[in-house]
Amino acid sequence: MNVEVGHSASSPVSIHDLTVAYHRKPVLWDVDLDIPEGKLIAIVGPNGAGKSTLIKAILDIVPRASGNILLYGKPFKKQRKLVAYVPQRESVDWDFPIDALGVVLMGRYGKIGWCKPVLRKDRKIAMDALERVGMVEYAHRQINQLSGGQQQRVFLARALAQDSMIYFMDEPFASVDAATERAIVQVLGDLRTSGKTIVVVHHDLQTVPEYFDNVILLNMRVVAHGSVEEVFTDENLKKTYGGRLTLLSEAADRLARGKVTS
Amino acid sequence: MLLLEDYNTRVVVLGVMALGAAAGVVGTFLLLRKRALTADALSHATLPGIAIAFMVVVAFGGSGKSMLGLLLGAFVFGCIGVLSILAIRHTTRLKDDAAIGIVLSVFFGLGLCLLKIASEMPSGSAAGLQGFIFGKAASMVASDAMMMLGVAVGIILVTGTLRKEFTLLCFDEKFSITQGWPVLTLDVVLMGMVTVVTVIALQSVGLVLAVAMLIIPAASARYWARNITSMLIVSALIGCLSGWLGATMSALIPRMPTGPIIVLVCGFWFVCSFIFGRNNGIIVSQIVRVQLNRRVAMQHLLRAMWETFEREKERSIPVETIVSMRSWNHSFVVRQLKRAKRRGHVTKREDNLWILTEEGSVEANRIVRNHRLWEVYLINYADIAPSHVDRDADMIEHVLGIDMVQKLEKLLQSARNLQSPHPIGVDVKT
Repeated sequence: MNVEVGHSASSPVSIHDLTVAYHRKPVLWDVDLDIPEGKLIAIVGPNGAGKSTLIKAILDIVPRASGNILLYGKPFKKQRKLVAYVPQRESVDWDFPIDALGVVLMGRYGKIGWCKPVLRKDRKIAMDALERVGMVEYAHRQINQLSGGQQQRVFLARALAQDSMIYFMDEPFASVDAATERAIVQVLGDLRTSGKTIVVVHHDLQTVPEYFDNVILLNMRVVAHGSVEEVFTDENLKKTYGGRLTLLSEAADRLARGKVTS
Repeated sequence: MLLLEDYNTRVVVLGVMALGAAAGVVGTFLLLRKRALTADALSHATLPGIAIAFMVVVAFGGSGKSMLGLLLGAFVFGCIGVLSILAIRHTTRLKDDAAIGIVLSVFFGLGLCLLKIASEMPSGSAAGLQGFIFGKAASMVASDAMMMLGVAVGIILVTGTLRKEFTLLCFDEKFSITQGWPVLTLDVVLMGMVTVVTVIALQSVGLVLAVAMLIIPAASARYWARNITSMLIVSALIGCLSGWLGATMSALIPRMPTGPIIVLVCGFWFVCSFIFGRNNGIIVSQIVRVQLNRRVAMQHLLRAMWETFEREKERSIPVETIVSMRSWNHSFVVRQLKRAKRRGHVTKREDNLWILTEEGSVEANRIVRNHRLWEVYLINYADIAPSHVDRDADMIEHVLGIDMVQKLEKLLQSARNLQSPHPIGVDVKT
């Protein structure tokens, strides 16, 4: 098996020397990372740090300039069925003639395969996924009539319907209502309990200690990664965010409080 | 009259109907993939292909009217046109619209020049070639129509079989990549079918307007359909119907080019859909707006009455007092009061004063409570508020959750206590 020195075949995602460039401008430099199994992991970093790009590179959506990525020791192409993906909500046009259930069923397409119809079994799985995000009563609602938070929950349900081992989520908490935020946190917890690995691009430093086990601090390169207690420190955040101090002090505040209360 | 007696014309009309259905089906995905203008450039790019094919056939001693040869030329140049757009998009900083504009005009200009040269060639009659620009269904023969029918059936079958794949491609390309669908291949198949439809549309609709057959039925269907399958069916029906009416009318009115008539019929369906369509048609949108205005007016009225009662310790109110509370005029308030009465929210006593019914009190209480909690929420959580606010929700708890609402209620209570010692008239109902 093609496993590099220092990288483990049992790791859900093991990234070796990854560099990604858009139009000759590098976005990620020499990222070297093993993601641990069964954890809830946040990727945080400033705008343009390459957070979404890292996920997209793992999922082969953007081409990589160099490096390799293995999922449980094998390239992504062979492990697609183990992976579920929640893209950013804004990445699609929600004015599309389909209902919420229709979108969730798309999560099953990969398993259904070419030209075969959607079966009752798939509908059942999709409805269960909607149930888990509290959207059953909206199953037959047109997606353009859903609120932003509800759309986000539909995307999450689609990933649940994929029934995978590793979940990648791109800013699932971005501008959602409080009910949706709670629903997402609930689902993340359930997924972790059942042993899944969840990697989330996250923009809100304040909630990192509350929601996540591990954190990857990213700014074109990996500044630090590990458990939140060890890595999510004032010093590391300064290295990641540079001089943006208001953000930092808020986060530090929150962190201090989080440590006291939890 | 609309069921023509002449056998040949009938077959032609049938062919155009099949074309309309095929265009409607492919056009649905073309529209959802947001590639409508690419198809326009494609159809214009076929003209040089037609002219060159004509010249080649004539040079080899053919009659120049070999339909298969002309369509082959059109197909090849249609593909070259699409590839040129892709090449410009990927190798320059130009965006899609500019790339499409360049390809469309350059290929069409080239086609017009080549057509001029072809028409001056000594042998062969190039007179029929002009028909490709605006369409001339009368020049079609039964075998052309049969070909159109065959192609249309093929295209409808392929699209129907790949419905699931195309739907995913159009809705969420990146997601479909992660599932391993070959996005490029699917795009090539889609644009290939668009090219085929365009080419078989050349004779009847003409290349300038061929794109209308692809876009307009699908755009009209969007006003009616709520899922892909019904959009495909409605779009195919509109295309089919437009083809039938257009080709028949053009057969009945001599010297009228077919393409423009078919397109006008398509346009007619679009206008109908745009006005009467159930998804965002203007009548429906207007009704929705009026309903919203009414709901807001009703809420304002009930809240105004409730808050007056709360402040004045009254149980009844004259119309004039309500009018003075907002920028309302008398007749508007009377109208709203009558509506509220019909719903059983308010009633008028003999002394001409208005009171809230029991049911109205419950409703007014709900409205006032939601309103106040939202106010408190907006004041206390200004930084996260905008995305969380849905003031129209029946119960604030549905949006913010029960624990947040309890927090807000405490805030509301303490704020009120500072101002007045009397208990606020807001009961907690969940």
